[in-house]
Amino acid sequence: MDNPCPEGDPLMAAPSSRPLSPHVSVWRWHATMASSILHRATGVANYIGAVLIAVWLVMAAAGPEAYAVWEDAMAGALGIVIRIILIGFTFSVSYHLLNGLRHLAWDAGLGFDPKGSNLRSVLIIVLAAAFTAGAWIGAWIA
Amino acid sequence: MTDFRTPLSKVRGLGSARSGVGHFIGQRISAIALVVLMPIFLFSIASNVGGGYEETTAFLGSPFGAILTLLAMTAALYHMRLGLQTVVEDYIHKPATKAVLLIGNTLICAGLWLAVLYSVLALAS
Repeated sequence: MDNPCPEGDPLMAAPSSRPLSPHVSVWRWHATMASSILHRATGVANYIGAVLIAVWLVMAAAGPEAYAVWEDAMAGALGIVIRIILIGFTFSVSYHLLNGLRHLAWDAGLGFDPKGSNLRSVLIIVLAAAFTAGAWIGAWIA
Repeated sequence: MTDFRTPLSKVRGLGSARSGVGHFIGQRISAIALVVLMPIFLFSIASNVGGGYEETTAFLGSPFGAILTLLAMTAALYHMRLGLQTVVEDYIHKPATKAVLLIGNTLICAGLWLAVLYSVLALAS
């Protein structure tokens, strides 16, 4: 009988012709797996971002004194931290939007080929990072 | 496609899931709305926020700014309530913790929506 596990994983040492259930701990990272996890992670990050936008809108509606708290924070040392969070939020939103388009394509039954899926996973991460860099460099120059 | 459901299961209703495809459809429709709304909303906010309190509140209170903000935030809060519900259902298995998080998720999104609605309408009036 052929050894079903040539790598010699001790968890799967017993030779068997039955299908093996995947062990999470021995799975190799691949692009589609990373992009799937990143979709959830950016979704949760966008949730936090939306909470912050809502707080910001309430501050704006509460009047100049309340809005000054936000403006003072942006002007001080805390502004650097806020800008880093906003850069992260820009990546998070742009990644989730681009990968969301892919989810809509999947719903239409498109884009399931393994090679193309890997390519698009990498492409979407690169595009989101490039857009984030472009938007913030563009805003800094302008 | 072959129909695997028995006549009895159809009469009894939605089965052990206790719900149909409403969650799935709501998630997709809000996603389609957000693909259009979110880039316009975030770009508008980013290009107005530099002008200080007067310019920012003038934009948020203008017909375009107010309607855009309400559309984008309504779609976003609806979409993220559904999304986080799925995350909680997938990873949290203790019934009490799960119930607390699911109820909290709904109340946070509903509360934020009312706060956003009030704020934008106050600026627009």
